[in-house]
Amino acid sequence: MWTFIHKLGSPPWFFRFSGTLVRWLLPITVTLLLVGAIWGLLVAPPDFRQGNSYRIIYIHVPAAVVALAGYYLMAFAGAVSLIWRIKMADVTMRASAPVGAILTAIALVTGAIWGKPTWGTWWIWDARITSMLILLFLYLGVVALFEAYENKTAAARACAVLSLVGMVNIPIIYKSVDWWYSLHQPASIKFSGESAIDSSMLYPLLLMIVAFYCLFTVTLLLNMRAELVWTHRESGWLKQLIGDS
Amino acid sequence: MPSDRPLLSLRAAFLRQFLRNGRGIMTRPADVANPLLFFFMVITLFPLGLGPDPTRLATLAPGILWVVALLASLMVSAKLFASDFEDGSLEQLALAPYPLAVTALAEVCAHWLATGFLLALVSPIFGVMLGLPNEGLLTLLVSLLLGTICLTLIGALGSALTVNIRRGGLLLSVLIIPLNVPVLIFGTAAVREAVLGGNPESWLALLGGLALGSLVVVPLAIGAALRVSLDS
Repeated sequence: MWTFIHKLGSPPWFFRFSGTLVRWLLPITVTLLLVGAIWGLLVAPPDFRQGNSYRIIYIHVPAAVVALAGYYLMAFAGAVSLIWRIKMADVTMRASAPVGAILTAIALVTGAIWGKPTWGTWWIWDARITSMLILLFLYLGVVALFEAYENKTAAARACAVLSLVGMVNIPIIYKSVDWWYSLHQPASIKFSGESAIDSSMLYPLLLMIVAFYCLFTVTLLLNMRAELVWTHRESGWLKQLIGDS
Repeated sequence: MPSDRPLLSLRAAFLRQFLRNGRGIMTRPADVANPLLFFFMVITLFPLGLGPDPTRLATLAPGILWVVALLASLMVSAKLFASDFEDGSLEQLALAPYPLAVTALAEVCAHWLATGFLLALVSPIFGVMLGLPNEGLLTLLVSLLLGTICLTLIGALGSALTVNIRRGGLLLSVLIIPLNVPVLIFGTAAVREAVLGGNPESWLALLGGLALGSLVVVPLAIGAALRVSLDS
């Protein structure tokens, strides 16, 4: 177990291991996404109140769930990189920021598209939407900070500090936005029909959440491999590996 | 070469750093006056943009005052560690046998006294100008006193992260605006509650908790961030 974790810290070993992992995980992800999408979009029954428009939750909810988990992964990698100075943790953190930002953006956009027919407006200053928007800002801050540094080792450590502070702050932000919303709550909107979800709709949703986790992992690994190829483009082991295959 | 001077206690080192920075700020009165002037001028823009209707201004006043205070703190924190970084004294601080978090906290305290503290003290005047009801003025003062502690600390963290980056000013805003959201929400909620005749104590208590919590946690992050900036 410990040797495995230690090996993960070595770029050549990680490069080979992630290559195998992606080769297996990529077909699984595509299958899960296809099955989940067909099940959710075609097989699952329409909602009696919202008709077919509710089906966007099969994209919206998984994206939102994984976006939040991605931030915690990023902050965790940041902590590992600050404490043990492991290069691969830097790469993980750096690679997960843009993926998480894109997932957050997907959740926001699909939410807006769903809101138009259901609530009658593209955007509403609802507590959840607002906290997702702030999560997007936190992600973009990490990406912007990383891009601003010339020295990428320092950039990774600066981003680690920022993402850790952000992680401490996220529960506070969520709670405060919740209270802010209850402070001037508009009376017209009710979020109904989602809380008691029927199993015929729930199973495809769970499947899609698993599929999005796999998608996140695959994208993250591909991102990290691209980063490794770039930073080690002069190293012997990489030339040997690419020459072999 | 062994040093013949005895090591200062942590408290003495903190005090010395605090006084050194305080004196430094006193020699540049413009640095103290400009944030207040900025606060004043941006407040003036709102009646010009929204129209002079007193009742509408009064309902918007808590939000306006707090948002402008947040912007003013953004403007001043960009330069917090800049001069110390440029003349090399930050490097000396990092080498000194005291935790960087403590000495950096001394700088932040001096900076807060010159900016956030003064801004909170004068804020009731601008509250009156915007037609904020009298019940809200004291709460505005207290909420800004507590809130600017958080704003200054988070601003100092942003400054520490970006001090080695050219044109880091806008980047700093991007980094710290999302972190300041809870402070803004609690602050405006307290003032609004007081204006409505309610009891703002719970909101003020939350702000005080945030201020104490950030006093404990954020200096550690500032110390780490300063070391990153010095190494890069």
